[in-house]
Amino acid sequence: MILQGIAFYVFAALLVASGVMVISARNPVHSVLFLILAFFQAAGLCLLMGAEFIAMILVIVYVGAVAVLFLFVVMMLDINFRELRKGAMEALPLGALVGLILLAELAAVVGGWIVAPNVAAIAGAPTPSIDQVSNTQALGRLMYTQYVYLFQASGIVLLIAMIGAIVLTLRHRPGVHKQNIGVQIARRREEVVAIRKVTTGEGV
Amino acid sequence: MAEFWSGFLLPLIIMVLQILAITVPLLVAVAFMTYAERKIMGAMQMRQGPSIVGPFGLMQPFADGLKLFAKEQILPEGANRVVFYIAPMLTFFLALIAWAVIPFDYGVVLSNINVGVLYLFAISSLGVYGIVMAGWASNSRYAFLGALRSAAQMVSYEVSMGLIIITVLLCVGSLNLTEIVRAQEKVWFCIPLLPMFVMFFISALAETNRAPFDLPEGESELVAGFMVEYSSAPFALFFLGEYANMILMSAMTSILFLGGWLPPLPFAPFTWVPGIVWFALKIAFCLFTYVWVRATVPRYRYDQLMRLGWKVFLPLSLFWVVLTAGVLVTFGWLPK
Repeated sequence: MILQGIAFYVFAALLVASGVMVISARNPVHSVLFLILAFFQAAGLCLLMGAEFIAMILVIVYVGAVAVLFLFVVMMLDINFRELRKGAMEALPLGALVGLILLAELAAVVGGWIVAPNVAAIAGAPTPSIDQVSNTQALGRLMYTQYVYLFQASGIVLLIAMIGAIVLTLRHRPGVHKQNIGVQIARRREEVVAIRKVTTGEGV
Repeated sequence: MAEFWSGFLLPLIIMVLQILAITVPLLVAVAFMTYAERKIMGAMQMRQGPSIVGPFGLMQPFADGLKLFAKEQILPEGANRVVFYIAPMLTFFLALIAWAVIPFDYGVVLSNINVGVLYLFAISSLGVYGIVMAGWASNSRYAFLGALRSAAQMVSYEVSMGLIIITVLLCVGSLNLTEIVRAQEKVWFCIPLLPMFVMFFISALAETNRAPFDLPEGESELVAGFMVEYSSAPFALFFLGEYANMILMSAMTSILFLGGWLPPLPFAPFTWVPGIVWFALKIAFCLFTYVWVRATVPRYRYDQLMRLGWKVFLPLSLFWVVLTAGVLVTFGWLPK
Protein backbone atom coordinates (compact mmCIF):
# COMPACT_ATOMS: atom_id res chain seq x y z
CA MET A 1 0.00 0.00 0.00
CA ILE A 2 2.80 2.37 0.91
CA LEU A 3 4.54 1.57 -2.39
CA GLN A 4 1.39 2.49 -4.28
CA GLY A 5 1.24 5.77 -2.40
CA ILE A 6 4.85 6.58 -3.27
CA ALA A 7 4.23 5.62 -6.90
CA PHE A 8 1.15 7.83 -7.06
CA TYR A 9 2.95 10.88 -5.74
CA VAL A 10 5.94 10.30 -8.03
CA PHE A 11 3.72 10.02 -11.08
CA ALA A 12 1.53 12.96 -10.06
CA ALA A 13 4.45 15.25 -9.23
CA LEU A 14 6.25 14.39 -12.47
CA LEU A 15 3.01 14.88 -14.41
CA VAL A 16 2.51 18.38 -13.02
CA ALA A 17 6.19 19.25 -13.40
CA SER A 18 6.35 18.12 -17.02
CA GLY A 19 3.08 19.95 -17.70
CA VAL A 20 4.69 23.13 -16.42
CA MET A 21 7.77 22.47 -18.54
CA VAL A 22 5.60 22.08 -21.66
CA ILE A 23 4.54 25.71 -21.49
CA SER A 24 7.74 27.13 -20.04
CA ALA A 25 10.41 25.38 -22.16
CA ARG A 26 12.10 27.76 -24.58
CA ASN A 27 12.54 25.26 -27.36
CA PRO A 28 9.26 23.93 -28.83
CA VAL A 29 10.85 20.53 -29.50
CA HIS A 30 11.65 20.29 -25.79
CA SER A 31 8.02 21.23 -25.10
CA VAL A 32 6.78 18.31 -27.17
CA LEU A 33 9.23 15.95 -25.46
CA PHE A 34 7.94 17.09 -22.07
CA LEU A 35 4.39 16.60 -23.33
CA ILE A 36 5.30 12.99 -24.13
CA LEU A 37 6.70 12.61 -20.62
CA ALA A 38 3.41 13.96 -19.27
CA PHE A 39 1.47 11.37 -21.30
CA PHE A 40 3.62 8.66 -19.76
CA GLN A 41 2.94 9.85 -16.23
CA ALA A 42 -0.80 9.93 -16.98
CA ALA A 43 -0.56 6.35 -18.26
CA GLY A 44 1.22 5.42 -15.04
CA LEU A 45 -1.61 6.95 -12.99
CA CYS A 46 -4.16 4.97 -15.04
CA LEU A 47 -2.19 1.79 -14.31
CA LEU A 48 -2.26 2.53 -10.59
CA MET A 49 -6.05 2.76 -10.76
CA GLY A 50 -6.18 -0.63 -12.48
CA ALA A 51 -7.23 0.83 -15.83
CA GLU A 52 -4.57 -1.09 -17.75
CA PHE A 53 -6.35 -0.99 -21.12
CA ILE A 54 -6.78 2.80 -21.03
CA ALA A 55 -3.14 3.22 -19.99
CA MET A 56 -1.85 1.15 -22.93
CA ILE A 57 -4.19 2.84 -25.42
CA LEU A 58 -3.04 6.22 -24.11
CA VAL A 59 0.57 5.30 -24.84
CA ILE A 60 -0.20 3.73 -28.23
CA VAL A 61 -2.47 6.48 -29.55
CA TYR A 62 -1.07 9.64 -28.00
CA VAL A 63 2.61 8.85 -27.58
CA GLY A 64 2.98 6.39 -30.44
CA ALA A 65 1.07 8.27 -33.10
CA VAL A 66 -0.22 11.74 -32.22
CA ALA A 67 2.92 13.01 -30.52
CA VAL A 68 5.13 11.62 -33.29
CA LEU A 69 3.26 13.76 -35.81
CA PHE A 70 3.42 16.71 -33.38
CA LEU A 71 7.17 16.33 -33.12
CA PHE A 72 7.37 15.92 -36.87
CA VAL A 73 5.58 19.23 -37.48
CA VAL A 74 7.38 21.16 -34.74
CA MET A 75 10.78 20.00 -35.98
CA MET A 76 9.94 20.94 -39.56
CA LEU A 77 8.65 24.41 -38.70
CA ASP A 78 11.18 27.18 -38.66
CA ILE A 79 9.65 29.49 -36.08
CA ASN A 80 11.05 32.65 -34.62
CA PHE A 81 10.47 31.94 -30.93
CA ARG A 82 10.67 35.57 -29.80
CA GLU A 83 7.92 36.57 -32.25
CA LEU A 84 5.83 33.70 -30.93
CA ARG A 85 6.33 34.81 -27.34
CA LYS A 86 5.03 38.32 -28.09
CA GLY A 87 1.76 36.87 -29.35
CA ALA A 88 1.51 34.62 -26.32
CA MET A 89 1.05 37.56 -23.95
CA GLU A 90 -1.91 38.84 -26.02
CA ALA A 91 -3.61 35.46 -25.86
CA LEU A 92 -3.07 35.24 -22.09
CA PRO A 93 -6.51 36.59 -20.98
CA LEU A 94 -8.33 34.15 -23.25
CA GLY A 95 -6.16 31.26 -22.04
CA ALA A 96 -6.73 32.27 -18.43
CA LEU A 97 -10.49 32.32 -19.05
CA VAL A 98 -10.46 28.78 -20.49
CA GLY A 99 -8.33 27.63 -17.55
CA LEU A 100 -10.72 29.22 -15.06
CA ILE A 101 -13.76 27.57 -16.66
CA LEU A 102 -12.05 24.15 -16.49
CA LEU A 103 -11.07 24.76 -12.87
CA ALA A 104 -14.65 25.74 -11.99
CA GLU A 105 -15.96 22.58 -13.66
CA LEU A 106 -13.48 20.43 -11.74
CA ALA A 107 -14.55 22.14 -8.53
CA ALA A 108 -18.20 21.46 -9.38
CA VAL A 109 -17.47 17.76 -9.90
CA VAL A 110 -15.50 17.43 -6.66
CA GLY A 111 -18.16 19.46 -4.83
CA GLY A 112 -20.80 17.11 -6.18
CA TRP A 113 -18.95 14.16 -4.68
CA ILE A 114 -18.75 15.83 -1.31
CA VAL A 115 -22.41 16.92 -1.26
CA ALA A 116 -23.75 13.57 -2.48
CA PRO A 117 -21.15 10.81 -2.10
CA ASN A 118 -23.28 8.20 -3.88
CA VAL A 119 -23.62 10.28 -7.07
CA ALA A 120 -20.55 8.71 -8.66
CA ALA A 121 -21.96 5.25 -8.09
CA ILE A 122 -25.24 6.22 -9.79
CA ALA A 123 -23.56 7.84 -12.78
CA GLY A 124 -21.06 5.04 -13.36
CA ALA A 125 -22.38 1.95 -15.12
CA PRO A 126 -22.37 -1.18 -12.97
CA THR A 127 -19.00 -2.69 -13.87
CA PRO A 128 -18.09 -6.05 -12.37
CA SER A 129 -15.04 -6.22 -10.14
CA ILE A 130 -11.61 -6.76 -11.67
CA ASP A 131 -11.15 -10.34 -10.41
CA GLN A 132 -14.29 -11.48 -12.25
CA VAL A 133 -13.76 -9.95 -15.65
CA SER A 134 -10.68 -8.34 -17.19
CA ASN A 135 -10.48 -4.66 -17.91
CA THR A 136 -10.65 -5.04 -21.68
CA GLN A 137 -13.70 -7.31 -21.57
CA ALA A 138 -15.55 -4.99 -19.20
CA LEU A 139 -14.96 -2.02 -21.50
CA GLY A 140 -15.95 -4.00 -24.57
CA ARG A 141 -19.18 -5.26 -23.01
CA LEU A 142 -20.19 -1.75 -22.05
CA MET A 143 -19.22 -0.06 -25.30
CA TYR A 144 -20.76 -2.57 -27.68
CA THR A 145 -24.01 -3.04 -25.78
CA GLN A 146 -25.20 -0.09 -23.76
CA TYR A 147 -23.36 2.64 -25.62
CA VAL A 148 -23.18 1.11 -29.08
CA TYR A 149 -24.97 4.00 -30.84
CA LEU A 150 -22.81 6.65 -29.16
CA PHE A 151 -19.74 4.59 -30.01
CA GLN A 152 -20.73 4.39 -33.68
CA ALA A 153 -21.62 8.08 -33.72
CA SER A 154 -18.18 9.04 -32.39
CA GLY A 155 -16.65 6.86 -35.09
CA ILE A 156 -18.62 8.72 -37.75
CA VAL A 157 -17.55 12.08 -36.30
CA LEU A 158 -13.90 11.01 -36.56
CA LEU A 159 -14.46 9.77 -40.11
CA ILE A 160 -15.96 13.11 -41.11
CA ALA A 161 -13.02 14.96 -39.57
CA MET A 162 -10.65 12.75 -41.55
CA ILE A 163 -12.50 13.32 -44.82
CA GLY A 164 -12.56 17.04 -44.08
CA ALA A 165 -8.80 17.15 -43.56
CA ILE A 166 -8.23 15.28 -46.81
CA VAL A 167 -10.59 17.53 -48.76
CA LEU A 168 -8.89 20.66 -47.38
CA THR A 169 -5.37 19.54 -48.25
CA LEU A 170 -5.87 17.57 -51.44
CA ARG A 171 -4.85 19.39 -54.59
CA HIS A 172 -4.25 17.95 -58.00
CA ARG A 173 -1.01 19.23 -59.39
CA PRO A 174 -0.66 18.95 -63.13
CA GLY A 175 2.53 17.68 -64.67
CA VAL A 176 3.48 15.25 -61.90
CA HIS A 177 4.76 11.93 -63.15
CA LYS A 178 3.46 9.07 -61.09
CA GLN A 179 4.38 5.45 -61.32
CA ASN A 180 1.62 3.00 -62.10
CA ILE A 181 3.08 -0.25 -60.86
CA GLY A 182 0.41 -2.40 -62.52
CA VAL A 183 1.13 -0.92 -65.95
CA GLN A 184 4.84 -1.15 -65.39
CA ILE A 185 4.77 -4.81 -64.45
CA ALA A 186 2.44 -5.62 -67.34
CA ARG A 187 4.95 -4.34 -69.90
CA ARG A 188 6.51 -7.00 -72.07
CA ARG A 189 10.01 -7.01 -73.40
CA GLU A 190 8.88 -6.98 -77.02
CA GLU A 191 6.94 -3.73 -76.55
CA VAL A 192 9.77 -1.65 -75.18
CA VAL A 193 13.07 -3.14 -76.34
CA ALA A 194 14.10 -3.39 -79.96
CA ILE A 195 17.41 -4.96 -80.93
CA ARG A 196 18.91 -3.63 -84.14
CA LYS A 197 22.10 -4.29 -85.94
CA VAL A 198 23.89 -1.01 -86.52
CA THR A 199 26.28 -0.90 -89.42
CA THR A 200 29.30 1.33 -88.99
CA GLY A 201 29.00 4.86 -90.35
CA GLU A 202 25.25 4.69 -91.04
CA GLY A 203 23.55 4.93 -87.65
CA VAL A 204 20.12 3.62 -86.80
CA MET B 1 12.72 -5.84 10.04
CA ALA B 2 11.84 -9.43 9.14
CA GLU B 3 8.68 -8.18 7.45
CA PHE B 4 10.67 -5.60 5.52
CA TRP B 5 13.00 -8.39 4.40
CA SER B 6 10.36 -10.91 3.30
CA GLY B 7 7.80 -8.41 2.05
CA PHE B 8 9.98 -5.98 0.17
CA LEU B 9 13.69 -6.70 -0.07
CA LEU B 10 13.52 -10.38 -1.00
CA PRO B 11 11.00 -9.87 -3.85
CA LEU B 12 13.16 -7.00 -5.06
CA ILE B 13 16.30 -9.16 -5.17
CA ILE B 14 14.41 -11.96 -6.93
CA MET B 15 13.05 -9.48 -9.44
CA VAL B 16 16.50 -8.06 -10.18
CA LEU B 17 17.90 -11.58 -10.65
CA GLN B 18 15.02 -12.41 -13.02
CA ILE B 19 15.68 -9.27 -15.02
CA LEU B 20 19.37 -10.18 -15.27
CA ALA B 21 18.42 -13.70 -16.36
CA ILE B 22 16.59 -12.18 -19.32
CA THR B 23 18.90 -9.28 -20.17
CA VAL B 24 22.28 -11.00 -20.10
CA PRO B 25 21.33 -13.84 -22.50
CA LEU B 26 19.62 -11.24 -24.67
CA LEU B 27 22.77 -9.15 -24.97
CA VAL B 28 24.84 -12.25 -25.72
CA ALA B 29 22.26 -13.15 -28.38
CA VAL B 30 22.60 -9.65 -29.84
CA ALA B 31 26.38 -10.03 -30.00
CA PHE B 32 26.16 -13.36 -31.80
CA MET B 33 23.37 -12.07 -34.03
CA THR B 34 25.78 -9.58 -35.56
CA TYR B 35 28.25 -12.42 -36.07
CA ALA B 36 25.57 -14.69 -37.54
CA GLU B 37 24.43 -11.97 -39.90
CA ARG B 38 27.92 -11.44 -41.27
CA LYS B 39 28.52 -15.17 -41.56
CA ILE B 40 25.20 -15.89 -43.32
CA MET B 41 25.56 -12.97 -45.68
CA GLY B 42 29.12 -14.06 -46.37
CA ALA B 43 27.92 -17.55 -47.26
CA MET B 44 25.18 -16.14 -49.49
CA GLN B 45 27.69 -13.94 -51.31
CA MET B 46 30.26 -16.74 -51.56
CA ARG B 47 32.84 -15.29 -49.21
CA GLN B 48 33.97 -16.27 -45.71
CA GLY B 49 32.69 -13.61 -43.38
CA PRO B 50 34.60 -12.97 -40.13
CA SER B 51 37.07 -15.82 -39.58
CA ILE B 52 40.16 -14.40 -37.88
CA VAL B 53 39.31 -13.59 -34.23
CA GLY B 54 38.89 -16.80 -32.24
CA PRO B 55 37.78 -20.17 -33.65
CA PHE B 56 35.64 -19.59 -36.78
CA GLY B 57 35.77 -15.88 -35.94
CA LEU B 58 33.43 -16.46 -32.97
CA MET B 59 35.09 -13.75 -30.88
CA GLN B 60 34.53 -11.12 -33.58
CA PRO B 61 31.50 -9.42 -31.93
CA PHE B 62 33.45 -8.93 -28.69
CA ALA B 63 36.42 -7.49 -30.57
CA ASP B 64 34.01 -5.14 -32.36
CA GLY B 65 32.42 -4.11 -29.08
CA LEU B 66 35.79 -3.42 -27.49
CA LYS B 67 36.80 -1.36 -30.51
CA LEU B 68 33.58 0.67 -30.37
CA PHE B 69 33.87 1.49 -26.69
CA ALA B 70 37.54 2.42 -27.00
CA LYS B 71 36.81 5.00 -29.68
CA GLU B 72 36.55 8.74 -29.11
CA GLN B 73 33.13 10.21 -28.36
CA ILE B 74 32.32 13.14 -30.60
CA LEU B 75 29.63 15.70 -29.86
CA PRO B 76 28.92 17.68 -33.03
CA GLU B 77 29.02 21.46 -32.80
CA GLY B 78 25.53 22.95 -32.47
CA ALA B 79 24.09 19.63 -31.31
CA ASN B 80 21.56 19.59 -28.52
CA ARG B 81 23.68 17.91 -25.87
CA VAL B 82 20.99 16.39 -23.62
CA VAL B 83 18.72 15.09 -26.37
CA PHE B 84 21.74 13.86 -28.32
CA TYR B 85 22.73 11.53 -25.46
CA ILE B 86 19.19 10.58 -24.39
CA ALA B 87 18.30 9.28 -27.87
CA PRO B 88 20.61 6.21 -27.96
CA MET B 89 19.84 5.44 -24.32
CA LEU B 90 16.10 5.53 -25.09
CA THR B 91 16.51 3.21 -28.07
CA PHE B 92 18.44 0.69 -26.01
CA PHE B 93 16.11 1.01 -23.00
CA LEU B 94 12.97 0.44 -25.11
CA ALA B 95 14.53 -2.56 -26.82
CA LEU B 96 15.11 -4.14 -23.40
CA ILE B 97 11.92 -3.35 -21.43
CA ALA B 98 9.67 -4.99 -24.00
CA TRP B 99 11.08 -8.37 -22.95
CA ALA B 100 9.31 -8.09 -19.59
CA VAL B 101 6.10 -9.61 -21.00
CA ILE B 102 7.51 -12.23 -23.40
CA PRO B 103 6.59 -15.76 -22.24
CA PHE B 104 9.52 -18.12 -22.85
CA ASP B 105 7.63 -21.22 -21.77
CA TYR B 106 4.34 -21.90 -20.00
CA GLY B 107 4.52 -19.71 -16.90
CA VAL B 108 8.10 -18.58 -17.57
CA VAL B 109 7.46 -14.88 -17.91
CA LEU B 110 8.63 -11.91 -15.89
CA SER B 111 5.29 -10.12 -15.84
CA ASN B 112 2.17 -11.91 -17.06
CA ILE B 113 -0.06 -8.89 -17.65
CA ASN B 114 -3.54 -8.98 -19.16
CA VAL B 115 -2.77 -6.51 -21.94
CA GLY B 116 0.55 -8.05 -23.02
CA VAL B 117 0.05 -7.55 -26.74
CA LEU B 118 -0.89 -3.91 -26.27
CA TYR B 119 2.21 -3.39 -24.13
CA LEU B 120 4.43 -4.86 -26.84
CA PHE B 121 2.69 -2.79 -29.50
CA ALA B 122 3.07 0.38 -27.41
CA ILE B 123 6.77 -0.23 -26.81
CA SER B 124 7.48 -1.01 -30.44
CA SER B 125 5.65 2.16 -31.50
CA LEU B 126 7.85 4.19 -29.14
CA GLY B 127 10.99 3.05 -30.95
CA VAL B 128 10.60 5.91 -33.40
CA TYR B 129 11.44 8.46 -30.69
CA GLY B 130 15.05 7.37 -30.32
CA ILE B 131 15.55 7.85 -34.04
CA VAL B 132 13.68 11.13 -34.36
CA MET B 133 15.44 12.62 -31.34
CA ALA B 134 18.82 11.49 -32.64
CA GLY B 135 18.14 13.00 -36.04
CA TRP B 136 16.99 16.31 -34.63
CA ALA B 137 19.65 16.67 -31.94
CA SER B 138 22.54 15.93 -34.30
CA ASN B 139 21.92 19.23 -36.10
CA SER B 140 22.88 17.65 -39.39
CA ARG B 141 20.92 17.48 -42.64
CA TYR B 142 21.61 13.82 -43.31
CA ALA B 143 20.57 12.80 -39.82
CA PHE B 144 17.45 14.96 -39.97
CA LEU B 145 16.35 13.49 -43.30
CA GLY B 146 16.85 10.00 -41.88
CA ALA B 147 14.75 10.90 -38.83
CA LEU B 148 11.90 12.28 -40.93
CA ARG B 149 11.83 9.22 -43.14
CA SER B 150 11.85 6.97 -40.11
CA ALA B 151 8.97 8.81 -38.43
CA ALA B 152 6.76 8.61 -41.51
CA GLN B 153 7.68 5.00 -42.18
CA MET B 154 7.11 3.70 -38.67
CA VAL B 155 3.78 5.48 -38.24
CA SER B 156 2.58 4.09 -41.58
CA TYR B 157 3.42 0.48 -40.89
CA GLU B 158 2.12 0.57 -37.35
CA VAL B 159 -1.42 1.00 -38.65
CA SER B 160 -1.43 -2.23 -40.63
CA MET B 161 0.43 -3.98 -37.83
CA GLY B 162 -2.29 -3.01 -35.38
CA LEU B 163 -4.96 -4.46 -37.68
CA ILE B 164 -2.98 -7.69 -38.08
CA ILE B 165 -2.73 -8.00 -34.29
CA ILE B 166 -6.50 -7.47 -34.07
CA THR B 167 -7.02 -10.39 -36.46
CA VAL B 168 -5.01 -12.63 -34.16
CA LEU B 169 -6.85 -11.33 -31.11
CA LEU B 170 -10.18 -12.17 -32.73
CA CYS B 171 -9.08 -15.81 -32.93
CA VAL B 172 -7.80 -15.84 -29.33
CA GLY B 173 -10.25 -13.75 -27.33
CA SER B 174 -7.57 -12.43 -24.98
CA LEU B 175 -4.73 -9.92 -25.02
CA ASN B 176 -2.56 -12.04 -22.75
CA LEU B 177 0.50 -13.43 -24.54
CA THR B 178 0.37 -16.75 -22.70
CA GLU B 179 -3.27 -17.17 -23.73
CA ILE B 180 -2.35 -16.33 -27.34
CA VAL B 181 0.21 -19.13 -27.41
CA ARG B 182 -2.14 -21.61 -25.72
CA ALA B 183 -4.84 -20.83 -28.30
CA GLN B 184 -2.48 -22.23 -30.95
CA GLU B 185 -2.28 -25.70 -29.42
CA LYS B 186 -4.44 -27.15 -32.23
CA VAL B 187 -3.00 -25.21 -35.13
CA TRP B 188 -0.45 -22.41 -35.37
CA PHE B 189 -1.99 -19.18 -36.61
CA CYS B 190 0.48 -18.99 -39.49
CA ILE B 191 -1.61 -21.65 -41.26
CA PRO B 192 -5.15 -20.20 -41.15
CA LEU B 193 -3.83 -16.62 -41.23
CA LEU B 194 -1.00 -17.14 -43.71
CA PRO B 195 -1.40 -13.80 -45.58
CA MET B 196 -1.45 -11.98 -42.23
CA PHE B 197 1.73 -13.79 -41.19
CA VAL B 198 3.55 -12.65 -44.33
CA MET B 199 2.28 -9.10 -43.95
CA PHE B 200 3.23 -9.02 -40.28
CA PHE B 201 6.74 -10.14 -41.12
CA ILE B 202 7.10 -7.45 -43.80
CA SER B 203 5.70 -4.81 -41.44
CA ALA B 204 8.17 -5.97 -38.80
CA LEU B 205 10.98 -5.40 -41.30
CA ALA B 206 9.71 -1.88 -41.87
CA GLU B 207 9.21 -1.30 -38.14
CA THR B 208 12.80 -2.25 -37.31
CA ASN B 209 14.18 -0.25 -40.27
CA ARG B 210 15.76 -3.30 -41.81
CA ALA B 211 16.51 -3.96 -45.46
CA PRO B 212 14.68 -3.57 -47.83
CA PHE B 213 13.12 -0.76 -45.76
CA ASP B 214 16.32 0.66 -44.29
CA LEU B 215 15.75 4.10 -45.81
CA PRO B 216 16.35 5.94 -42.51
CA GLU B 217 19.93 4.66 -42.68
CA GLY B 218 20.25 4.49 -46.44
CA GLU B 219 24.04 4.44 -46.54
CA SER B 220 24.13 5.03 -50.30
CA GLU B 221 22.28 8.35 -50.08
CA LEU B 222 22.16 9.52 -46.45
CA VAL B 223 25.59 8.19 -45.42
CA ALA B 224 24.15 6.50 -42.31
CA GLY B 225 20.97 8.51 -41.78
CA PHE B 226 20.14 9.30 -38.16
CA MET B 227 23.32 7.62 -36.86
CA VAL B 228 25.74 9.67 -38.95
CA GLU B 229 26.96 11.90 -36.10
CA TYR B 230 27.25 9.16 -33.49
CA SER B 231 30.47 7.47 -32.51
CA SER B 232 31.77 5.19 -29.78
CA ALA B 233 29.41 4.15 -26.97
CA PRO B 234 26.25 6.02 -28.13
CA PHE B 235 26.61 4.41 -31.54
CA ALA B 236 27.06 1.03 -29.87
CA LEU B 237 23.83 1.60 -27.94
CA PHE B 238 21.96 2.30 -31.19
CA PHE B 239 23.47 -0.80 -32.70
CA LEU B 240 22.56 -3.00 -29.73
CA GLY B 241 19.07 -1.52 -29.61
CA GLU B 242 18.47 -2.17 -33.27
CA TYR B 243 19.49 -5.82 -33.04
CA ALA B 244 17.60 -6.34 -29.77
CA ASN B 245 14.55 -4.92 -31.56
CA MET B 246 15.02 -7.39 -34.37
CA ILE B 247 15.10 -10.26 -31.90
CA LEU B 248 12.04 -8.81 -30.15
CA MET B 249 10.10 -8.59 -33.40
CA SER B 250 11.07 -12.18 -34.20
CA ALA B 251 9.84 -13.23 -30.76
CA MET B 252 6.58 -11.37 -31.38
CA THR B 253 6.17 -13.10 -34.75
CA SER B 254 6.80 -16.48 -33.10
CA ILE B 255 4.27 -15.80 -30.35
CA LEU B 256 1.55 -14.44 -32.60
CA PHE B 257 1.88 -16.82 -35.53
CA LEU B 258 4.34 -19.65 -34.89
CA GLY B 259 2.95 -20.95 -31.63
CA GLY B 260 5.55 -19.56 -29.20
CA TRP B 261 7.01 -22.37 -27.08
CA LEU B 262 4.72 -25.08 -28.53
CA PRO B 263 6.36 -28.00 -30.36
CA PRO B 264 5.43 -28.36 -34.05
CA LEU B 265 3.66 -31.68 -33.43
CA PRO B 266 2.11 -32.54 -30.06
CA PHE B 267 3.61 -36.03 -29.57
CA ALA B 268 6.62 -37.86 -28.20
CA PRO B 269 9.93 -36.93 -29.79
CA PHE B 270 8.88 -33.30 -30.13
CA THR B 271 7.44 -32.88 -26.65
CA TRP B 272 10.71 -34.11 -25.06
CA VAL B 273 12.40 -30.90 -26.16
CA PRO B 274 11.73 -28.11 -23.63
CA GLY B 275 9.51 -25.28 -24.81
CA ILE B 276 12.15 -22.62 -24.44
CA VAL B 277 14.27 -24.42 -27.04
CA TRP B 278 11.40 -24.44 -29.54
CA PHE B 279 10.87 -20.76 -28.86
CA ALA B 280 14.56 -20.01 -29.45
CA LEU B 281 14.53 -22.07 -32.65
CA LYS B 282 11.54 -20.14 -33.97
CA ILE B 283 13.19 -16.83 -33.15
CA ALA B 284 16.36 -18.03 -34.89
CA PHE B 285 14.33 -18.99 -37.95
CA CYS B 286 12.77 -15.51 -38.14
CA LEU B 287 16.17 -13.87 -37.68
CA PHE B 288 17.63 -16.01 -40.44
CA THR B 289 14.82 -14.81 -42.71
CA TYR B 290 15.67 -11.20 -41.79
CA VAL B 291 19.24 -11.72 -42.93
CA TRP B 292 18.15 -13.70 -45.97
CA VAL B 293 15.89 -10.83 -47.06
CA ARG B 294 18.70 -8.36 -46.53
CA ALA B 295 21.07 -10.35 -48.71
CA THR B 296 18.46 -10.81 -51.44
CA VAL B 297 16.22 -7.78 -51.93
CA PRO B 298 17.29 -4.30 -53.10
CA ARG B 299 16.21 -1.26 -51.10
CA TYR B 300 12.74 0.14 -51.74
CA ARG B 301 12.26 3.58 -53.22
CA TYR B 302 10.60 5.87 -50.70
CA ASP B 303 7.33 6.49 -52.56
CA GLN B 304 6.98 2.77 -53.20
CA LEU B 305 7.46 2.13 -49.49
CA MET B 306 4.62 4.52 -48.64
CA ARG B 307 2.41 3.06 -51.35
CA LEU B 308 2.96 -0.44 -50.03
CA GLY B 309 2.09 0.61 -46.49
CA TRP B 310 -1.01 2.70 -47.15
CA LYS B 311 -2.44 1.40 -50.41
CA VAL B 312 -1.68 -2.31 -50.17
CA PHE B 313 -1.19 -3.41 -46.55
CA LEU B 314 -3.81 -1.20 -44.91
CA PRO B 315 -6.80 -2.20 -47.14
CA LEU B 316 -5.69 -5.83 -47.20
CA SER B 317 -5.33 -6.13 -43.43
CA LEU B 318 -8.64 -4.31 -42.89
CA PHE B 319 -10.29 -6.75 -45.29
CA TRP B 320 -8.82 -9.68 -43.36
CA VAL B 321 -10.08 -8.34 -40.05
CA VAL B 322 -13.61 -8.23 -41.48
CA LEU B 323 -13.23 -11.61 -43.16
CA THR B 324 -11.88 -13.29 -40.02
CA ALA B 325 -14.61 -11.79 -37.87
CA GLY B 326 -17.22 -12.88 -40.42
CA VAL B 327 -15.94 -16.46 -40.59
CA LEU B 328 -15.69 -16.73 -36.80
CA VAL B 329 -19.25 -15.48 -36.29
CA THR B 330 -20.77 -17.52 -39.14
CA PHE B 331 -19.33 -20.84 -38.00
CA GLY B 332 -19.72 -20.06 -34.32
CA TRP B 333 -15.96 -20.38 -33.68
CA LEU B 334 -15.72 -17.24 -31.60
CA PRO B 335 -13.62 -17.89 -28.48
CA LYS B 336 -15.60 -17.71 -25.27
